[in-house]
Amino acid sequence: MTKQQANWSPYDNNGGSCVAIAGADYCVIAADTRMSTGYNILTRDYSKICKLADKCVMASSGFQADVKALQKHLAARHLIYQHQHNKQMSCPAMAQLLSNTLYYKRFFPYYSFNVLGGLDNEGKGCVFTYDAVGSFEKVGYSSQGSGSTLIMPFLDNQLKSPSPLLLPAQDAVTPLAEAEAVDLVKTVFASASERDIYTGDKLEIIVINADGIRRDYMDLRKD
Amino acid sequence: MFRNQYDTDVTTWSPAGRLFQVEYAMEAVKQGSAAIGLRSKTHVVLGCVNKANSELSSHQKKIFKVDDHIGVAIAGLTADGRVLSRYMRNECINYSFTYESPLPVGRLVVQLADKAQVCTQRSWKRPYGVGLLVAGLDESGAHLYYNCPSGNYFEYQAFAIGSRSQAAKTYLERRFENFMDSTRDDLVKDALMAIRETLQGETLKSSICTVAVIGVGEPFHILDHGTVQQMIDAFEIAGEQEGPAAEPDAAARQEAAAEQGGSTDEGVAPMDI
Repeated sequence: MTKQQANWSPYDNNGGSCVAIAGADYCVIAADTRMSTGYNILTRDYSKICKLADKCVMASSGFQADVKALQKHLAARHLIYQHQHNKQMSCPAMAQLLSNTLYYKRFFPYYSFNVLGGLDNEGKGCVFTYDAVGSFEKVGYSSQGSGSTLIMPFLDNQLKSPSPLLLPAQDAVTPLAEAEAVDLVKTVFASASERDIYTGDKLEIIVINADGIRRDYMDLRKD
Repeated sequence: MFRNQYDTDVTTWSPAGRLFQVEYAMEAVKQGSAAIGLRSKTHVVLGCVNKANSELSSHQKKIFKVDDHIGVAIAGLTADGRVLSRYMRNECINYSFTYESPLPVGRLVVQLADKAQVCTQRSWKRPYGVGLLVAGLDESGAHLYYNCPSGNYFEYQAFAIGSRSQAAKTYLERRFENFMDSTRDDLVKDALMAIRETLQGETLKSSICTVAVIGVGEPFHILDHGTVQQMIDAFEIAGEQEGPAAEPDAAARQEAAAEQGGSTDEGVAPMDI
């Protein structure tokens, strides 16, 4: 007597890749704009990036319906925070909120692989990387999504942080300049688009620095 | 108003068909410091007088942002006002979440009024002791509503509540016909003048009042003290006291007499107007 299996799944994977890199006084967050299902493309023009607070931006790949619900939830919580505290949430505060929100659905998770980027209270770049149930870590750079296996080793090679286990504690943010970091992101996505079928079409790049938030686009392979 | 045997419970009617507890709640609104609101076709301005308990303490917050398109000024039990503001904020956030669009002001005031009505029909509750001036902007234009503890709500072109609000109301009654076409700055000026009326002699300074604006292309926000003081100085409101001082004083004396006469009158219940 074999156990009865479900004949449908509540989840789908819409593919795509996300990257974030933290600098001394900036943060770069990028994601491709392709949304797929199975071997088909649903649209070439879908943003996986969401601005959660003044200096805090989240990029998520995975099941976009869950991503959208998660973004709305966080936006509503941020509004409440603003009403109560009379100020915007800092990036580290939002990072903890995101982790708690994800774990809240530990037994029916948001199928969302997130990377949070922004500036902390001192204006230094910070990146937080998550799994689907809220386990998170502050890092100098990260990638998530279908292309992450291709992207992450390359970022490790270019931006390798000293081990967090070393003492004295060393800074994880990259010494690269903002323009160099943006260039690196473009290179990384161009490479990922070559071999990952779910990554391509267009690249959306967000740069956060003391002057505010800037958005750029770059074309990627459409095949 | 005097105590009688029908005023112990909110769920007890008087033989004249009045709920005294509800009327007493409306008295609480009259005791609070003044709040005024006025609107044009495209903007709504809220203002209030900030009276601190003592020189050592800060003043109470009486104007709350509810959403980008709605704000509220309160008079009466400020704690009740704070709680109701939290409710309003929640309702706006939930509506926005579900419908991806801003909650229409008219719907919010009805929800608020229904919430207030519940407290007039439960023996274990008491009415909210706060009057709310709700200012908002939605697809149907700019609106100003007044919500009372009785559960009634009314839409106004301009209104004032709280202590010495009659002086402000008289000022507004004289000018309200022009408000619909006023510019934003003129509207703020009229709000400051109305606030000045309630101060009756005291100099108008930005430290004793708060002004908030909402309009087309301008989300609800409280003006900072620097801006308010600039406007007061620019309109030379503080200085205008010398000239028309004689007129408002005479009018104020008449109004005070009228108010005393009306309070002992057992006539129409306030909430039935």
